[in-house]
Amino acid sequence: MGAGHGHRLHFHGHSPVHRAPAHLKILGLLAFVLAVVATPREWFAAYAGYLAALLVVVLVARVPIPFLLRRLVIEVPFVVFAVLIPFIAQGPQVAVPLPWGDLMVSESGLLAAWGILVKGTLGVLASLTLAATTEPTDVLIGLQRLRMPDLIVQIMAFMIRYLDVVTADLGRMLTAMRSRGVDPRAPRHWPALARTLGALFVRSYERGERVHLAMLSRGYDGRLPR
Amino acid sequence: MTPVLDVRGLTFSYPDGHRALDGVDLHVHRGERVALLGPNGAGKTTLVLHLNGILGCGGGGTGTGSVTVSGLDVTKANLKEVRRRVGIVFQDPDDQLFMGSVRQDVAFGPANLGLKGEALERRVMHALDLVGMADYADRPPHHLSFGQRRRVAVATVLAMEPEILVLDEPSSNLDPASRRELADILRSLDVTVLMVTHDLPYALELCPRALVLSGGRVAEDGPTHALLTDDALMRAHRLELPFGFDPRTVAPPTNPIDNLPR
Repeated sequence: MGAGHGHRLHFHGHSPVHRAPAHLKILGLLAFVLAVVATPREWFAAYAGYLAALLVVVLVARVPIPFLLRRLVIEVPFVVFAVLIPFIAQGPQVAVPLPWGDLMVSESGLLAAWGILVKGTLGVLASLTLAATTEPTDVLIGLQRLRMPDLIVQIMAFMIRYLDVVTADLGRMLTAMRSRGVDPRAPRHWPALARTLGALFVRSYERGERVHLAMLSRGYDGRLPR
Repeated sequence: MTPVLDVRGLTFSYPDGHRALDGVDLHVHRGERVALLGPNGAGKTTLVLHLNGILGCGGGGTGTGSVTVSGLDVTKANLKEVRRRVGIVFQDPDDQLFMGSVRQDVAFGPANLGLKGEALERRVMHALDLVGMADYADRPPHHLSFGQRRRVAVATVLAMEPEILVLDEPSSNLDPASRRELADILRSLDVTVLMVTHDLPYALELCPRALVLSGGRVAEDGPTHALLTDDALMRAHRLELPFGFDPRTVAPPTNPIDNLPR
């Protein structure tokens, strides 16, 4: 909880991309993601173009590529799913040459996996670029300017405000588990981990109640001031 | 003279049947700084939540008795004005600071009172000035140190220009320097203070008068120095001084209005 550091997804800088108005960046991201999703997956050249465009933005923003790549790990569950498809899907088989012999996989499955992988990766990379160049509060202001319903913006504001608090809570609980000889990563101890997450939920719920009391105490009547 | 805070015969039972308050009578006059002492489970927090009508007239459970703030009864119709007059600073600043920046957070209360634009901005900066946090107005609260967050929490309440400041465990989790800085701030404020605390040296330092809440009622009411030096009374209410602290070696604090009739 040191002073001054930004959010973990944010990369401090003063590039034109950093300075651009948040609502334009959000619209840009939305347009980019829609275009990527709408492009047929056989148009391989188009995807190369998308990646090149994205890389130009990243370079102009002077965000280090490894910074983005490390945060791309969030995508892993989808990647695992995508990698499985060529092995499960039906239809004509094709041979993939590998050093130790050909691997027979479904052709349609391979194409589907490519589609999920490339669209997902481009989308996540673009979102990470937005997050790296825009402070969370600026994103909210941008959404407000885009006439996102106030209630949703406020819920997101609370989420950003309390994410660190809840993460710190979880960190302390995991430290306490480890101190008593439980390794949260070992499957054998997953039941204990599940109970910890349950306790975290109850704690966060109770904190929500206390925050609500604090809001009532300062005259909150159901509407947040603008 | 009408007391700022006048509590008469207040009782309260939680829905599970636990009787938290069992006939509380107390009053606090303008300009006083009063400590509310008592062991864990004595009903201190329950009492605090009655002072601005969170519990009692609007909340769950059952209760009788009355709370009056500068002559205004705490009833459902008066809640808004009561909550402006009674400013509660909660124990955990993370519960109190819920907006994206210090400025927005301090503005939350006065904006709910209908302040706008220039007047709102002036009110916010004045409150932040009082606690020495004006330079941090645009920081997100979670990037401040704990002591700074506690001070901003005090500012959020001061911005509503309350008639009485109610602090729940103001010195808890503070390092000694932050604790002293907060004491300096509280002393510099021209506002009535009711301070709930386990920190007896802090109570002695800041509050000339103390109340002891025990078993859901006010068991003692008197000069803090006299209470803390009465060993039998201290034992009876599970109050203990920290090791090495002897109030007899400290001069009792003075209150400008100590001579007023109670």
